[in-house]
Amino acid sequence: MATATDKPRGAQTHPDIRSYGEVNEDIIRMLDRPGKWWWILLGMSIAGIGLLAFSWGNQIINGIGVSGLNTPVGWGAYITTFVFWVGIAHSGTLISAVLFLFRARWRQSIYRAAEAMTVFAVMTAGLYPLIHLGRVWHAYWLFPYPNQRLLWPNFASPLVWDVFAVTTYFTVSSLFFLLGLIPDIAAARDQAKQGTLRHRLYKSISFGWRGTDRQWHHFGKAYLYLAALATPLVLSVHSVVSWDFAMSIVPGWTTTIFAPYFVAGAIFSGIAMVITILVPIRKIFGLEKYLTTKHFDAMAKLCLVTGLVVFYAYLTEFFMAWYSGKPSERAVFWNRAFGHYWWATWIMLTCNGIIPIMLWFKRVRYSIPALFVITLFINIGMWFERYVIIVTSLSHEYIPFAWNVYRPSATEMGIVIGTFGWFFFWMLLFIRLLPPVAIAEIKEVLPPPFRPKKKEVAR
Amino acid sequence: MSAAKAATSTREGLLASYEYLDSTVDTITELREKGFEEITAFAPFPEHHIEHALGYNHSPVRLFTLVGGLTGAAAGFAFTVFTSMDWPLVTGGKPIVAIPAYVIPAFEMTILFGALATVIGVLYNMRVPDLKGDVVYDPEFSAGRFGVYVTAPPDQMGTVRKILETHEPILIQDDPKGRSHG
Repeated sequence: MATATDKPRGAQTHPDIRSYGEVNEDIIRMLDRPGKWWWILLGMSIAGIGLLAFSWGNQIINGIGVSGLNTPVGWGAYITTFVFWVGIAHSGTLISAVLFLFRARWRQSIYRAAEAMTVFAVMTAGLYPLIHLGRVWHAYWLFPYPNQRLLWPNFASPLVWDVFAVTTYFTVSSLFFLLGLIPDIAAARDQAKQGTLRHRLYKSISFGWRGTDRQWHHFGKAYLYLAALATPLVLSVHSVVSWDFAMSIVPGWTTTIFAPYFVAGAIFSGIAMVITILVPIRKIFGLEKYLTTKHFDAMAKLCLVTGLVVFYAYLTEFFMAWYSGKPSERAVFWNRAFGHYWWATWIMLTCNGIIPIMLWFKRVRYSIPALFVITLFINIGMWFERYVIIVTSLSHEYIPFAWNVYRPSATEMGIVIGTFGWFFFWMLLFIRLLPPVAIAEIKEVLPPPFRPKKKEVAR
Repeated sequence: MSAAKAATSTREGLLASYEYLDSTVDTITELREKGFEEITAFAPFPEHHIEHALGYNHSPVRLFTLVGGLTGAAAGFAFTVFTSMDWPLVTGGKPIVAIPAYVIPAFEMTILFGALATVIGVLYNMRVPDLKGDVVYDPEFSAGRFGVYVTAPPDQMGTVRKILETHEPILIQDDPKGRSHG
C-alpha cells in the first residue's frame, strides 16, 4: 500500500484518513464481514417481503375489494406510500448530482449510499402503481405506446406524464449509480483473491476498468453531463407527481404551490431517510472516519432548510384556503385540522414543523443519536403528510352526500409495511456486495501526495 | 494512441509505478518533451494534472449527450403529436395537439435519451467493456499508486528507462511485447 508520508495528511472533510490505500482497506473490508446485525436486519427484511407477498397475494386472489379503497376515496395508503418512496428517492439524486455540480465536498462520503437509496426507493415506489392496479396482469397497459392496442393514451394527463417521469427517473438514476460504481468495483476486484467467486463477479462487472488517463478523462466528463441531466430531472419528477393532484379540481389539491412544495418535501424526507440509514451503517461498520459529525451537520442543515420550506408551504395552504374565500377549500382545511383526520394532520405538523426546530441548535446537529431520533419522526411525519393530502381531500369533496371516511385495511397495512422490508432488503444486499462509500471520490478530496521536498507544486 | 497497435511487434514497453503525484506529472511532461507520445497513465482517481500533462482537452462524450438530448426532444414531440393526431379525440375541451402539455413527456424523453447516449458515448470512448486478460496493469493502481506506461522502439528503451528512473519510481516493470494499450 502506498503510504504517502508518515505524518497524517487529510483534508478538512476527512482529517483521520492517512493514505489512499487505507481508504480501499476500510471500505472493501465492509464487504467481507457483514456481522451479526447485518444478518438480523436481513432476516427482518425478508420477513417484510414475506408479509408483502402474502398481502399482495391476498389482494390478487380476492380482488381490490380487500383494501379499504372505495368511493369517494379511490387513492389511499397505496398512493400515499408511492409518493412517500418517490420523495425518499429525491435526496439521493440531490446529493449525487446537484451537490456535485455545486462542488460540495461533504457529499463524497454519503453520496454512494444516498444514490443506492434512490434506486431502491424508486424500485419500491414502482411497485405501487402495480399494486394499486388491482389487476396487475394488465400492468403493461400503463405504458403509453401508440395506439396499436386501442389504448389512446392522453398525453395531456398528468398520470401519463408520471409514467414518463418515473420510468425516466429510474433509468437515469440507475445508470448514474452504476457508472459511478465501475472504478470502485475495480478497486474491490483488485483487492479480492484471484480465482474466488468474488473476484470473478467484480471482474465481470468492473468491465475491465484500469484507471487509465483515457478512462478517467471520459468518465469525468460523462459524470458531469449525467449530473447536469439528472438535476432538472429530479426537480421535474416530483413536480409531475404533485401535478397528479394539482391538475385536478379536488379541493385541497388544486393549487399552484404543489410543485415546489412537493419537491421541498421530497428532499426533506429523503435527507431524513439518508441520515436514518447512515447512522446504523456508520455504527455497524465503524465508518466514523468517513462519516464525521461534520457530514451529519451538513445533512441536518439541508434537512432544516427544506423542512422550513415545507412548513411554510403548510401555513400557506391553510392561509390560502381561508383567504381564497372558497367554501369548499375552507371546509377541507377545517376538516383537515379539526375533522375526522385531525390526528394525522397534527402528527404531520408536529413531526415536520415542530420537531425539526431542534435542528437550529448546533449541539443537536452534532449529536448522532439526536439526529437519528429526529429523522425517524420526520420519516413518519412525511408519510402522514401524503396521507393527509390524499385522504382528507378525497373524503371531503364538493357534495356532502358523497363524503365518506377511509380506513386502510389490514391488507393495505401489510403491503405498506412489507415494502419497507423490500427496500431494506436491497439496501442490505448493496452494502454487502458493492462498495457503499465512493472510494475514488474520497481520494479526490484528500490532498494528493507530493514528493517530500517539493511541496510548492500546486494543486 | 491507436498507432501503437500497428507497431506492436516492433515496440517494447515499460511500466513505472509512482507514489507521488508530482513525480508522475513530471515524468509524463519529460517523456512528452523528449518526443515519447505513446503514454498511458494510471491513477486511483480522476486527476486533472495528469490529464493536463497529457494534453487532454474536450471529451467527445459531450457530442453524444447533445445529440441524444436533441433526439429525445424531437422523439418526444413526434411521439405525442402523431399519437394524438392518429385518434383526434377532444378531451377536456383541449386542443388535439396540446403542445404545452406535451412539453413534459418531451422533456422527460430529452433527459432519458441524453443520459442513455451519454452512457453509450462514455463506454465507447473509454473502450469499455474490455475483458481481455492480457493487459498492462498493476492492482496497486486502484489503491494508491500512480502508473506510467510507455512504449517505444527497442533502441530507445534506454532513454525511456532513464527518464522513468529520474523521478523516483517505486517499481519499474518490463513489458517485452509492448502490448497495445488503451
